[in-house]
Amino acid sequence: MSESTPTLGDLALEVRSKNAGPFWVTMELFMRDADGYRIAADETFLNESVIAGLYRVDAADIQMFRIPSLNVVKISFPRPISQGSLRDRDMHAGQHHVPLALLRVPEKSA
Amino acid sequence: MENSAVGEVRILVPAGMLGAGFEESTVERGLELGADVIAVDGGSTDSGPSYLGSATPKTTKAAVARDLRILLRAADRAGIPLIVGSCGTSGVDAGVDWVAEIVAEIMAEEGLGLKVARIYSEQSAADLKEHLDAGRIHPLPPLGELDVETIESCTHIVGVMGHEPFVEAIEAGAQVVLAGRATDTAVAAAFPLMKGMPAGPTWHVSKIVECGGQATTNPRAGGVFATIDATGFTIEPLDPAAACTPISVAAHMLYETANPFELREPDGTLDVRNATYVALDDRTVRVEGSEFHLADQMTIKLEGARITGYETMSFTAIRDPLILGKIDEWAQLLREVLTDRVAQTLGLRADEYDFDIRLYGHNAVLGDIEPGGAPPREVGVMLLVNAADQATARAIAKVGNPLMLHLPTLEMDYLPSLAFATSPAEIDRGAAYEFVLNHVVDVESPTALFRIELEESHV
Repeated sequence: MSESTPTLGDLALEVRSKNAGPFWVTMELFMRDADGYRIAADETFLNESVIAGLYRVDAADIQMFRIPSLNVVKISFPRPISQGSLRDRDMHAGQHHVPLALLRVPEKSA
Repeated sequence: MENSAVGEVRILVPAGMLGAGFEESTVERGLELGADVIAVDGGSTDSGPSYLGSATPKTTKAAVARDLRILLRAADRAGIPLIVGSCGTSGVDAGVDWVAEIVAEIMAEEGLGLKVARIYSEQSAADLKEHLDAGRIHPLPPLGELDVETIESCTHIVGVMGHEPFVEAIEAGAQVVLAGRATDTAVAAAFPLMKGMPAGPTWHVSKIVECGGQATTNPRAGGVFATIDATGFTIEPLDPAAACTPISVAAHMLYETANPFELREPDGTLDVRNATYVALDDRTVRVEGSEFHLADQMTIKLEGARITGYETMSFTAIRDPLILGKIDEWAQLLREVLTDRVAQTLGLRADEYDFDIRLYGHNAVLGDIEPGGAPPREVGVMLLVNAADQATARAIAKVGNPLMLHLPTLEMDYLPSLAFATSPAEIDRGAAYEFVLNHVVDVESPTALFRIELEESHV
């Protein structure tokens, strides 16, 4: 990965995150086209352990869904901080897509 | 209301949330298109546990009344049912009564005589303890097994109903159904299922319409209109200027759900793996192939919230680059000095209360997963204190006040004065809550946990 390659957000129409009930957070990468989808769906680049590192959660709890018909990669995991508790700074988890969106894609894909 | 077999059922969803507002003309359009039922969601857990825990609505009465007046008039004129789910945000009994009182006021003012059913969904700790003892309560991930103490600690617990209580109320003659907590989908699914529409397309379309205009190319445009028949459903926005596209419709199945292919309801699971999405024209989409698999065991999900303590908030702001350059060190110093001063003045150990220091403009939103960036131009510092009672929380925040005003960095040999946003700086937040239930109850009947009260019309 390099400062010269685009981010996932650069290759996406939209990257979003949202609570899925009080105990889960879910994110979607809506990629612009099949090429962008191929990069985002590449398991050697974006996988459970990468997400675990970005969000400091257990890789075993992460669910990933790759949906080629929509050019979407969807990621869900239990909220590390319970909704509405003293240390919850994002009630709807609506700003938690940013670390994912800022992830730079590998040189060979870009 | 007749329950005769029909070939299709047309549902009008005016908005994603009662009180969110919509153009009256979009409801008129839905009636012109031949709506058979108006369905709208009145609540959600999305905005946090306080609404359930304190049994207070998130929406203001005037906004709910404004939407209801238009919908009640429309339902009356067209002679079709109006269904509202999760009344009062959390669906507690007081929320149902709150919406019912607003409906009664409007009907009196408008001279309407619609028959209203209230469906209550609140659960008593005593009943739930019986279910727990009988082994009928099971956890959903990521929570573990439920215990009696957790049930007893909740200020309010609701069961999340499916379509069945709505159907029972409409079959009993209700023209307006005001329900406690219901699945987002049950509100729209109830009438088509009652009319014999297939479960797969009905639950699928109900998921797509649950947030109103979210499934269109213009999420601000308001509501949607859908027609369900024997083989699938067709959906279009109520606003003629907005469009549904195969992508906008398919994508909504992803929204707010951990799993994009399946959605559990009390009596089974929607499965959209084999669904196909086809544009009929530039604003209408046809969906077929949605399936619904009946469950071996009917279950009702529980939601419950309890008090974690009482909170006081204080907010100051920093513009001085000398402090901003060392903002993380400064915040750590604030934590240490505040903890010491609370021990000195209030005699409280660190484990007898809790506080969070949030650096807005620096890393408040993402905390330790913040990817980082340039030094901020200014930072808002929120001190949020949680203690066993309000007086203690306020006292701790007041002990923090001189620090929030004057705390220097370690390098400074003078006292800076920081920018308090308000006077007084401290704001009591009252009780703070947390969700503690994510469990289901095995039930013999999908209506067993819910109570339906049908009123006679007043006019």
